[in-house]
Amino acid sequence: MTQSSKAFYWMAVPALVLFVTLHTVPALTGVFFSFTDYAGYGKWNFVGLENYLSLFKDDRVLSSYSFTFLFAITTTVVVNILALGLALLLNAKIKFQTAFRGLFFIPNVLAILIIGYVFNFIFSNSLPLLGQWLGIDWLSTSILANEDLAWLGIVAVSAWQAIAFSVILYLAGLQTIPAELYEAAGLDGASYWRQFSSITFPMIGAFFTINMVLSLKGFLQAFDQIVALTNGGPGTATESVAMVIYRGGFQGGEYGYQMANSVVYLLVIVAVSVIQLRTLQRKEADF
Amino acid sequence: MTRTTDTPATVRPVTEQRRSPRRGRLSGGVNWPLTALAAVLALTVLIPLYLTVVTALKTPDQLGGSGFEWPTRIRLENFSDAWNLTNFPRALLVSAIVTVGAVVLTILSNSLVAYAIARNLHKPFFKFLYYFFVAALFVPFPIIMLPATKEMAVLGLDNPVGLFLLYTVYGLSFNVFVYTAFIHSIPRELEEAATMDGASTWGIFRRIIFPLLTPMNATVGILTCLWAWNDFLLPLVILSDPAARTLPLAQYVFQSQFNTNYTVAFASYLMAMAPLLLVYLFAQRWVISGVMRGSIK
Repeated sequence: MTQSSKAFYWMAVPALVLFVTLHTVPALTGVFFSFTDYAGYGKWNFVGLENYLSLFKDDRVLSSYSFTFLFAITTTVVVNILALGLALLLNAKIKFQTAFRGLFFIPNVLAILIIGYVFNFIFSNSLPLLGQWLGIDWLSTSILANEDLAWLGIVAVSAWQAIAFSVILYLAGLQTIPAELYEAAGLDGASYWRQFSSITFPMIGAFFTINMVLSLKGFLQAFDQIVALTNGGPGTATESVAMVIYRGGFQGGEYGYQMANSVVYLLVIVAVSVIQLRTLQRKEADF
Repeated sequence: MTRTTDTPATVRPVTEQRRSPRRGRLSGGVNWPLTALAAVLALTVLIPLYLTVVTALKTPDQLGGSGFEWPTRIRLENFSDAWNLTNFPRALLVSAIVTVGAVVLTILSNSLVAYAIARNLHKPFFKFLYYFFVAALFVPFPIIMLPATKEMAVLGLDNPVGLFLLYTVYGLSFNVFVYTAFIHSIPRELEEAATMDGASTWGIFRRIIFPLLTPMNATVGILTCLWAWNDFLLPLVILSDPAARTLPLAQYVFQSQFNTNYTVAFASYLMAMAPLLLVYLFAQRWVISGVMRGSIK
């Protein structure tokens, strides 16, 4: 081995060792304990696939999956539509462009837990007053206390924070489009909508893909904002999968069981990401 | 004096001047309706911030209305109460240690690993390493949360040091991805010439590659800083000593103890948000261009 290639191994191997110790080993121990009845302490026995079978009969787990998916898909769509619109706006010839860009990025600098607490106050105190004043029934009590509407509050707060980051990615994409394309389209008399659908959107296809994948993956892990807004309630109406794993695993003595849940969740996330990447990239190629 | 020794402050007026005639010509092109729209939409960001500030200044008896009323009497003791009740200086110190530790260690180590991988992708070991790290992007923390927490406790790393070590290691997946893309754009001729002059691989990294990575280091540093400063779940499960809490964790504990004490709570939120918000206000251009750079690579 030459001196230089030895050095390259010395650069990479310590990081690999740390990564395996702190990431891969926990992942594998987790998989191992998912086949046991380990409570997080004390003795344990192998139970085979029992944990996995029980998951599919557990209403709390099933409802956390349906809540998480409903929430994550809705928020991903909302965030990407609004962020794309906002990016187009911030890329247009507006006054104070830099200042506006700086301002719209602020939510991303703040901790979503704290944002959640602030919005919790708005949802439970300010909005009901507005609802009463406007005579809107469903808005005149706190939507966070309403089993059917609480999830929308979580969508709103998550979107408020996440749009900032997506806008920046879309702006980066918009800047890669050469201005000549628009000049040519303008000469041909193409409408604004036509320019968007034939030039802008296809040209930022890769940014759309990456935004959709990152958003969905992020929202599927939602935890902080839910703790701050509803803490899973009312009842267990807004418990996300991450929250069920946390509560069951740390507080409920369900270590082995929740590890089975984690393994299933991992498979779901990988499957969703792969499907998403495949379909979106095929679309990209079609343009 | 050459251009490179000019400070940014002296460069900026020159470019502004050069640009201004062109801008003047286009000033008819400013889209005022869209500017107005942007201003209206900006309220969605500003109103919650306004609410945080006014609530933090009020006395509890002024909380009755919608919350948006201007405070009639200002109670600055909210801040001193929050300062004491959340042990603010302590939480600030812990957050600072975790964030600075994570940023410094991430930039130094992750760039090094990425350099080794980027220059050896033709070797099976490094190719495997690359895909191994990037594949871990699909393994979100909640999935390994239970065993990782147990392991950190066994290793005696359930403290701020362990926490920034975790940010450094868990950041590898994404950072290796962006760093290697950037390193591929650096011509190898530089390194070959340095090798001819007798420089070692470590020396090349330290003197040539690392300085060239500066824009990417900024991007990775900014993203790591935002993550480590604002994260809640990792500190919640890893930090076992109640005396060592990060700022978001301190807000959570405070909220669970005094959940109706809104005025003091909001003062506390404001103090927890302020440090990074202040840094951002001064460095916003730089932060935004840094984040954009990360997405183009």
